[in-house]
Amino acid sequence: MTDNKINLKYDIVIIGGGPAGMSAAIAAYEHGNRSILIIEREKRLGGILKQCIHPGFGLEMYKEELTGPEFAARLIAKVREYNIDCRMSSMVLDIDRKLCVTGTSSDLGVFTVQAGAVILAMGCRERPRGALNTPGTRPSGVFTAGAAQYFVNMYGYLPGKEVVILGSGDIGLIMARRMTLEGAKVKAVCEVMPYSGGLARNIEQCLNDFNIPLLLSHTVVEVHGKERVTGVTIAQVENVPGKGRVPVKGTEQFIPCDTLLLSVGLIPENELTTSCGIRLNPATKGAEVDQDRQTEIPGIYSCGNVLHVHDLADFAAEEARIAGEAAAERVRKLRENAGEKSCEEGGFKVGLKADGKVRYVVPQVITAKKDVNVFFRVSDIFKKPTLVVTASGSAEGAEGETGENVLLKKKYLKLVPGTMQTVTLKKEMLEQIPDGGRIEFKLLPGDAE
Amino acid sequence: MKRTITCIICPKGCEIEADNDSGTLVLSGYDCARGKRYAETEMTCPMRTLTTTVRLPTGRMLPVRTDAPVPKAKLFDCMAEVAKIRLPVKPVAAGEVILADICGTGANLIASAAWELNANP
Ligand SMILES: Cc1cc2nc3c(=O)[nH]c(=O)nc-3n(C[C@H](O)[C@H](O)[C@H](O)COP(=O)(O)OP(=O)(O)OC[C@H]3O[C@@H](n4cnc5c(N)ncnc54)[C@H](O)[C@@H]3O)c2cc1C
Ligand code: SF4
Repeated sequence: MTDNKINLKYDIVIIGGGPAGMSAAIAAYEHGNRSILIIEREKRLGGILKQCIHPGFGLEMYKEELTGPEFAARLIAKVREYNIDCRMSSMVLDIDRKLCVTGTSSDLGVFTVQAGAVILAMGCRERPRGALNTPGTRPSGVFTAGAAQYFVNMYGYLPGKEVVILGSGDIGLIMARRMTLEGAKVKAVCEVMPYSGGLARNIEQCLNDFNIPLLLSHTVVEVHGKERVTGVTIAQVENVPGKGRVPVKGTEQFIPCDTLLLSVGLIPENELTTSCGIRLNPATKGAEVDQDRQTEIPGIYSCGNVLHVHDLADFAAEEARIAGEAAAERVRKLRENAGEKSCEEGGFKVGLKADGKVRYVVPQVITAKKDVNVFFRVSDIFKKPTLVVTASGSAEGAEGETGENVLLKKKYLKLVPGTMQTVTLKKEMLEQIPDGGRIEFKLLPGDAE
Repeated sequence: MKRTITCIICPKGCEIEADNDSGTLVLSGYDCARGKRYAETEMTCPMRTLTTTVRLPTGRMLPVRTDAPVPKAKLFDCMAEVAKIRLPVKPVAAGEVILADICGTGANLIASAAWELNANP
């Protein structure tokens, strides 16, 4: 070889070997493709599930409650059974618009893979402290909850003895219990919002079981300590119009502790996505996709937590199956039409919009007239709201009604930001909408809190 | 006693109203039979599945769990037992019993993942 760079070729290249990446690979295989490569930067498959030793996985997919490693093992077993190629300890550095993936690994050095379809499944990471703006010195003892989870569950290293947790997302709640069981004293979980983003079951079994107080509408206003954290000052917050949630003077309270864990949200890991020119949706922080999870670049798909943060690994894995199947189908079609120019189908495209109360919808574009499951999340707690999905730009059947056509209405008892919802847009509904039309998701509040 | 119990059996998290003032337990608000059973035990002897880790000979941790819920009141006793475990240098299969009948609860502590001798550190 003249060029010492290794050049590989696969039909489908999947970036990330977490539940989403593995599910996409499995679905592509089951759709008939036999040229699939998973590239994973770590030594083992499983993604974040390796460190999620608690139960709560698999209820949707396998109808039984599994721990993270057990859930991952089921997917890994299928990947092995199907003999799907995996390049471990390999980091993808770049993807280009021609679907050429560049990566690096210790055994191959820099390598490229030419793909017929690329599936992005890089997952998400936690928002670090910098994103938080908590004033104070920078002593050691401040960790993200996920980093603490990694230390405790993978290395058996307890990062502190007296702990305050900021943020009540599920990872924070899970870590409150984990640190308590390992002998630490968790003094409080502070949540800046008036509600927790975590599941009710986790508040019950991770906090209430151990009498750990959950302080809603509270935040950490200062971190104390020079070398190591010696305590934090917390304060109540109130919503000031125009300013957001600000601390209330006079409510400050000092809590001695040696560790502060941050569980303040996850952001999709989209550096690779943006580097090939794919724009991100401001609400999901992921790519915008069609019903097949295809991004604006034909042949590049996105699924799992890199597309939008899922509450459950089950949902991330299920979504990835859509991308895996669609990628396999694309490759099959390309092959069938080899020689000919790829045939654009029907030229149907409608955009999906959220009204703000509905924070986001996925997919954002629909290009096929078939049943489509739409995921959505709301921006606040709503009691007894009604979801109204309308179509505009519709030609038929909507005269006189400002061109808007109600596709579906659904009443809910309660909608919360922490729980993703799904509705199905039926083929018949989509058939009423002309090319270039728009579907809007609106929430009519019953009584907002 | 009247109590609201948040069901932990599935992510739905139903709020179950429990009332045993009349001598018999009256439950409402559960969405399925498993939730009803959960509320019944919650009113008598709350039970929880324990998940934790055991140190491997390599220094890394092996995830473990109880194969059935144990009394909530015994969680810390179980953790103390788990801390005493020293695993021999031999492969572990997923589901293998690491400690039988932990703290006399009748539940076994089992491996949640496999471990091979030449596995990654
Ligand atoms: C700390 C933490 C704890 C969580 N706890 C829970 C929980 O308890 N329950 C739950 O249901 N969900 C939990 N989640 C959410 C969880 O991430 C998802 O449910 C699920 O794991 C998402 O799957 P995924 O495959 O999209 O992402 P991941 O599991 O994150 O997998 C992404 C994979 O991509 C790899 N990767 C990324 N970039 C590259 C690159 N450039 N080259 C090669 N490989 C790359 C990563 O190494 C990783 O293995 C947690 C998330 C985090 C961050
Ligand atoms: S009662 Fe049934 S549906 Fe409701 S949370 Fe419990 S298990 Fe889930």
